[in-house]
Amino acid sequence: MTHSNSTTTLILGATSAMAEHSARLLATDGDALFLAARNPEDLAPMAEDLKVRGASAVTILPAFDALKPDTFADIINQAAPFDRVLIAHGSLPDQEDCQDSLSKIKQELQINFQSTVDLCTLCAEKFIDQGSGTLAVISSVAGLRGRQSNYIYGAAKGGLNTFLQGLRNRLQTKGIRVITLLPGFVDTPMTADIKKGPLFISAEQAGICIHKAITKSKSDIVYVPSFWRFIMWIIRSIPEPIFKRLKL
Amino acid sequence: MSTPTSWGNLPHTTATLLPVNRRKAAFPAVEDKVLPYGLGRSYGDSCLNDKGTLLLTRGMDRWISFDEETGIICCEAGVSLDEILRLASPKGWFLPVTPGTRFVTVGGAIANDVHGKNHHKAGSFSTCVLDFELLRSDQSRTLCSRSKNASLFHATIAGLGLTGLITFATLQLRRIVSPMIEVEQIRMHHLNDFFRLADESNHSHEYTVAWIDGLARGESVGSGIFIRGNHASEASDLSWKAKKTAAIPLNAPSWLLQKQSVKIFNALYSKKVKGERQAGSEHFLPFFYPLDAVDNWNRLYGKRGFYQYQCVVPRDGNRGPIHEILDRIANSGQASFLAVLKVFGDQKPEGLLSFARAGVTLAMDFPNRGPKTLKLMNELDEVVRQAGGALYPAKDARMNPEDFKMAYPALNTFTEKIDPAFSSSFWRRMHT
Ligand SMILES: Cc1cc2nc3c(=O)[nH]c(=O)nc-3n(C[C@H](O)[C@H](O)[C@H](O)COP(=O)(O)OP(=O)(O)OC[C@H]3O[C@@H](n4cnc5c(N)ncnc54)[C@H](O)[C@@H]3O)c2cc1C
Ligand SMILES: NC(=O)c1ccc[n+]([C@@H]2O[C@H](COP(=O)([O-])OP(=O)(O)OC[C@H]3O[C@@H](n4cnc5c(N)ncnc54)[C@H](OP(=O)(O)O)[C@@H]3O)[C@@H](O)[C@H]2O)c1
Repeated sequence: MTHSNSTTTLILGATSAMAEHSARLLATDGDALFLAARNPEDLAPMAEDLKVRGASAVTILPAFDALKPDTFADIINQAAPFDRVLIAHGSLPDQEDCQDSLSKIKQELQINFQSTVDLCTLCAEKFIDQGSGTLAVISSVAGLRGRQSNYIYGAAKGGLNTFLQGLRNRLQTKGIRVITLLPGFVDTPMTADIKKGPLFISAEQAGICIHKAITKSKSDIVYVPSFWRFIMWIIRSIPEPIFKRLKL
Repeated sequence: MSTPTSWGNLPHTTATLLPVNRRKAAFPAVEDKVLPYGLGRSYGDSCLNDKGTLLLTRGMDRWISFDEETGIICCEAGVSLDEILRLASPKGWFLPVTPGTRFVTVGGAIANDVHGKNHHKAGSFSTCVLDFELLRSDQSRTLCSRSKNASLFHATIAGLGLTGLITFATLQLRRIVSPMIEVEQIRMHHLNDFFRLADESNHSHEYTVAWIDGLARGESVGSGIFIRGNHASEASDLSWKAKKTAAIPLNAPSWLLQKQSVKIFNALYSKKVKGERQAGSEHFLPFFYPLDAVDNWNRLYGKRGFYQYQCVVPRDGNRGPIHEILDRIANSGQASFLAVLKVFGDQKPEGLLSFARAGVTLAMDFPNRGPKTLKLMNELDEVVRQAGGALYPAKDARMNPEDFKMAYPALNTFTEKIDPAFSSSFWRRMHT
């Protein structure tokens, strides 16, 4: 159900608080939206909301579970053709709980890295055929430097950053944009149990940054919000011999 | 455990905060007592639940439907009135009743059955509520309206969040053709002026309210500015954007709201009106929500916080109980710069515990200066009690449980409708 005059955006992991707030702004722009999430029934209230906000069409896709890679191609085919994709799903594991369990590490890497790589690859193929497209992926500043407190998650996001960089490099001549979104701390269900400090922003504010990155800005790598570029510049410039001794 | 606050920054409580983001999710399994918490714009302890759990409703902020032909809007209970105005007013629909801040949730507006400057014409918030869904701790979901589950409907309106969690509500909005309000501001020299203007405007003006100089004494009691308005009838551009708000970043030092600064403020405010009368048109934002222009203005009262005292008393002539109350406040010298006076209409309230009822209502802030402030309010209570008036739970942190029982005669019927898993600091205070 695409509308010829409106932009079509596919959102994977659409129940994510950041994705929902980004979707609200895309809806206000009049986008046609395809939504996919683990529990499609959770998406019904969101779909109603997006219609009231002005989405030209909202379609709920069959269940998308990052642990079920066999379903990915079908989900993407059902949404195609689309102009943009926002990949938002992710999981923040308890580091101590997973660091010594090979099966848990594998699962986290599947959710935070491998599934997204698969999805990007499938979407890139569509965009190459179309000759255009925008691929936006929510990664994390946690992927920019490994820390003992969350290096499984960080490694997945770091791998993702490198993958996206390469993909961008490959697709840039083909008129396809690849956007790496790097949130810092966002107040969402994922961080519900973390004490909120001054660096936290709301999911709504994150949505505003993401929407701008997708629709207006020309940047390839977007910090959410922008002050994280500065914070991460400092963190990345600490020499490893010192960094390895820090408790971060 | 976190330390949630109400607007008055008192009392200090702790609670577990539990966001409820999905209206279709099951009622959360919680051991201790729960209470919904919207935007925390209630002043005292009616939105607090010391040592219990607060169900944060702001994440339930989705639209369900909006019919631009009929003005019927259905939304989740954590949607704010600000968001309704942003969506609906550019399309010519407005809130039939709005309190003095737009940063309240639909659930909060229902749970206190809030009133606005048009109570004499429109009644309180319930009048625009067509129905709502109530999720109770036994996992039941009940659609409540005047015709379906009416007893739960009337208990939940002004039900102080104790009858269950409102998940969504349907509201009937009203038409506007312009975002402007035709406003008249008239100087009042004493309380007689207030009553004369209120009577005179009762039919001619949809909105009436008076700002009172709480420090004025003797014959000047009741001096201030009477403000009345109507929606502009001439069509004009309905689009708008709120100006960036200023913010008070930190709690202010306590000298700020001493008598001298209040005097200066009052003098300045009163100078806003040149001569005896001033007319013009004003956007609905500054007209309804002057205080919303400054974020967290409640921090001006410092870390000790402040009380708001809001009562309604029968009018009883022009020198009735309200005169006595204003007199006592003026003599105490404790008044602050926010004092509002309004005559309520005589529509029958729809909630078992609705506050707004026929009479005159006064709302005034008092910086918390400890026993001296409590003593003054206890003295005001005497007048309210004698007159058969009522205090507003949404603004209360200190009323006497006996006065509560007297002022809310449907209390027993209400109590039967409480969800056994729910409680609040206010409710426990009323039952000790
Ligand atoms: C500047 C200012 C001006 C004001 N002017 C007015 C005025 O003119 N008239 C007036 O009447 N009031 C006024 N108020 C008070 C305010 O309108 C009420 O206290 C309102 O109820 C606050 O709504 P809230 O969303 O912040 O709710 P909260 O303060 O968080 O909660 C209020 C009550 O609603 C309950 N509640 C919240 N959500 C739900 C839900 N989903 N289901 C069930 N119960 C729920 C809570 O349990 C609590 O009992 C004013 C307040 C301020 C700060
Ligand atoms: N919050 C932060 O501080 C922060 C910081 C940096 C980066 N991020 C990243 O931001 C993105 C969005 O997260 P959020 O903060 O908005 O948190 P969120 O609201 O908790 O969203 C997480 C999303 O991931 C989905 N998900 C989890 N496991 C899944 C699986 N196996 N299959 C499919 N979907 C799955 C969840 O689906 P369900 O609704 O079904 O659970 C949910 O939609 C994530 O990629 C996260 O890593 C977050």
